[in-house]
Amino acid sequence: MPFSPEIMLLLTILIPAFAVIGILAADHSPNLREGITITASVILICLVSSLYSITRLGETVTLLGPDLFPGLSLKFEIEPLGMIFSLVASYLWLVTTVYAIGYMRGHHEKNQTRFYACFAIAISSVMGIAYADNLFTLFIFYEILTLSTYPLVTHAGTVKAMQGGRVYLGVLLTTSILFLLLAVIGTWYTAGTLDFQAGGVFDKTTPHLVTGTLLVLFIFGIGKAAIMPFHRWLPAAMVAPTPVSALLHAVAVVKAGVFTVLKVCMYIFGIDLLKTLPTADILLYLAGATVIIASLVAMRQDNLKARLAYSTISQLGYITVGALLATEAGFLGGAMHIAMHAFGKITLFFCAGAIMVASHKTEISQMGGLGRQMPVTMIAFFIGSLSIIGLPPTGGTWSKWYLMIGSIDSEKWVIMVILMLSSLLNIAYLLPIPLRAFLDRDKSRQGKIKIKEAPLPSLLALTVTAAGCLVLFFYTQPLFELASAFLEAGGVPYGG
Amino acid sequence: MISHYPVLQVIIPLLGAPLCLFIRVPRLVGLFSILVSGTAFLISCGLLQQVLLHGTIVYELGGWPAPWGIEYRIDQLNSYLLLLVSGISTIVLVAAQTSIKQELPENRHIFFYTSYLLCLTGLLGILATGDAFNVFVFLEISALSSYTMIALGTDRRALTASYQYLVMGTIGATFIIIGVGLMYMMTGTLNMHDLAQRLPEVYKSKTVLCAFGFFIVGVCLKLALFPLHLWLPNAYAFAPSIGTAFLAATSTKVAVYLLIRYIFSVFGIDFVTMSLPLHDIFLVLGLTGIFAASISAIYQRNIKRVFAYSSVAQIGYMILGLAIGTQLGLTATLLHLFNHALMKAALFLAIGAVVYRIGSSQLYHLAGLGKKMPLTMAAIVAGGLSLIGVPLTVGFVSKWYLIVALLDKGWWPVAILVLISSLLAIIYVWRVIEWIYFTPPRIIIDNVQEAPASQLIPIWVLVLANIYFGVDTRLTVGVSKLAAQNLFGVTP
Repeated sequence: MPFSPEIMLLLTILIPAFAVIGILAADHSPNLREGITITASVILICLVSSLYSITRLGETVTLLGPDLFPGLSLKFEIEPLGMIFSLVASYLWLVTTVYAIGYMRGHHEKNQTRFYACFAIAISSVMGIAYADNLFTLFIFYEILTLSTYPLVTHAGTVKAMQGGRVYLGVLLTTSILFLLLAVIGTWYTAGTLDFQAGGVFDKTTPHLVTGTLLVLFIFGIGKAAIMPFHRWLPAAMVAPTPVSALLHAVAVVKAGVFTVLKVCMYIFGIDLLKTLPTADILLYLAGATVIIASLVAMRQDNLKARLAYSTISQLGYITVGALLATEAGFLGGAMHIAMHAFGKITLFFCAGAIMVASHKTEISQMGGLGRQMPVTMIAFFIGSLSIIGLPPTGGTWSKWYLMIGSIDSEKWVIMVILMLSSLLNIAYLLPIPLRAFLDRDKSRQGKIKIKEAPLPSLLALTVTAAGCLVLFFYTQPLFELASAFLEAGGVPYGG
Repeated sequence: MISHYPVLQVIIPLLGAPLCLFIRVPRLVGLFSILVSGTAFLISCGLLQQVLLHGTIVYELGGWPAPWGIEYRIDQLNSYLLLLVSGISTIVLVAAQTSIKQELPENRHIFFYTSYLLCLTGLLGILATGDAFNVFVFLEISALSSYTMIALGTDRRALTASYQYLVMGTIGATFIIIGVGLMYMMTGTLNMHDLAQRLPEVYKSKTVLCAFGFFIVGVCLKLALFPLHLWLPNAYAFAPSIGTAFLAATSTKVAVYLLIRYIFSVFGIDFVTMSLPLHDIFLVLGLTGIFAASISAIYQRNIKRVFAYSSVAQIGYMILGLAIGTQLGLTATLLHLFNHALMKAALFLAIGAVVYRIGSSQLYHLAGLGKKMPLTMAAIVAGGLSLIGVPLTVGFVSKWYLIVALLDKGWWPVAILVLISSLLAIIYVWRVIEWIYFTPPRIIIDNVQEAPASQLIPIWVLVLANIYFGVDTRLTVGVSKLAAQNLFGVTP
């Protein structure tokens, strides 16, 4: 690449933003418009991959922007966790665009230009979050992400969409303005800096009352991590078209949340401080409760997307648990789960959307025997489920493994039990779906419509992501390296 | 010429106003007003530059020395606000050309421009002058001309709104002149700088306390501090849209300036804290105003009233910054003076464009306009986001500095209340957005087109300014900090 790494970093944020202009201009020519999105996402993948290979060799890439306020500037740096997030988001943007082409056209959706344009803005803000080097920059892009995804959530324009949008925006903006902004300004005021630093920014003299309260404000403020009771936005956002649910609510928005949790815990508080804070324990058990309660609620949902939504809440709880365990293995597991869960969940959502387009079925009770007509989709669903449950030969095995080790290291046996219990619950609410699809012989459930497989682009996309789940089991080394590098950057190299 | 800028700043619009009456052609009058306002803007740029380079400018009118002659004093605080008022006035006038044509009958156009320019004169005069009685004169000029402007509105309730504003405004002005009179009685001078030096000797007297009390209440009536805000919603709702855009952005800000000027530069912060529990009063009234007004805004059916109540709430934030009593708090207030003016000017101009096209500002009639007037509605969304305080907008900058000032003072419960009030802002802004984008049209709007370019351009200039000053805060934060430092450093 002829550009310098700093320029490439800047371009990762700007290219999707510029793509918006192209998308808006190509409103009347759908193929050109989709072509622009695909081109932009391919360029983004190339940029992110180059940045990965550059930083892998040990080079640091930082970009200092202008001072927005005196003393607070926009700062970016490529850091291992951000690398994981940006790699996942950029690859999956391309895959989701291909899927969306199939879905949006197959479903005859309106306002597709607005859809692709808002998507691009959302991805741009995800890149900004991934590479943010201080809380200020992260907060700015975090809010832009919330606002740019609102038109995507309310895409349908119906009353139901509007109400879903209200809950979505209401919860996310309330948590970010009332808690997160207060936490950010409070940190700025207490520590004097908002930069992410190894070992945290607070010095030893800061009273635990202050840091403990700030931790609570942060965890509740990062509404995108869906810790109960601020999880309601996720099921409400399921009114969105499935490509939106797939990328944004399985990959981008929710991952931005847990990514922020991991970054704040590692670089603002630091593992050592977290170990000593009493509120960290309280929040840890709250996250653990989220894991179990969300799984239990998931079991009672008949609507497939609703079940997947609660499953996501539960899985996000895993990552927050990983962070709050304040052990190296916990952080490692949490970081790896960002990628593993992304691939697993996006596969499941892709399948849900494919089922809806091909057979118009949304309720699980109707999906018995569907495997015969939609074998590829259901096999992919099976693989995705395995990854979420954490069974070999899928990638989810590894992240769960490290999370379990983290809970053992910290001697928090309740958490270990919670993790094991939740795996059982995952089996209970996920596996029946593909199994019934293949093993059910009840012909009366098949209805009168001749059901074919999903549209080809969608099928392609879900096959790729399902394959990704399998690949991540065997070829975990790069992800593990990045996660270990994340620990090193935080000052706590993984010793075992 | 440059040395006469302080007085030219005021005289040019003052002379421009009656000249409008001589120019019979309405279209030319419009262009002439833009010229006058633009000249005032250029002068204010020059003044700001001079002040930043050389410090406070003192200008004696007619060469007669103070304290007998009238003196104009331009320091960082008023040059910054002169720039704001004249700039917004010019941008709003550009949109006025077409908006006025639709809202007012042809024979009233000239009167509108005349009263507009007089109002501009009054506001610029209040900002520039250093003489207490001169302040009153310009205050009355701006008040009377704004009563006229409001009364020119098409709705018959404009007359009642104007009358209500007249009564309350006159009470306010009377209190102010009583205050000034009492101060004159005790010190023998009307020059503000001189008053600052002579008042300390008579601090203990009840007369001065009385003067202060009258003055503060009078100014608070003018700046629409809760519960003295009752004139504002009607005045903003029924005035011609351009009038509202100008008044909402400037008149209350100038009143806040007057309050700050008298507290710091005339009476002195020591007197103020020792005589009245002013900081506590401002804290309570500010917070009450923020919440009461924000909650009222949620229930309004007319989009102009939504943002009128929103203005009362935002003024509450400015008063809260004063209540903190530290330099950081004052910086936050000064910052919000500028930022809020930008937000409200953009919003009310966009609403003016809507009224231009559909003739109504009822939310019911705005249903479904998102598709028909996309650029105008996008401007309303942008203004709304700025009010909520989304990062990269000016509203965020103001909020940040206010919260930092509150945390610095240790008032974190108040900080939490301020953040909760932002949530209320989200509710009333989002209600408007839902009407615009999610509700099917309630009246026939098939033939509604986008606003004309002559209105879209000023609207978007202001919207982009909202974003620009949200990103490049060097001017606003820099000057606010300097002004705050200056005001705190000034000892009477």
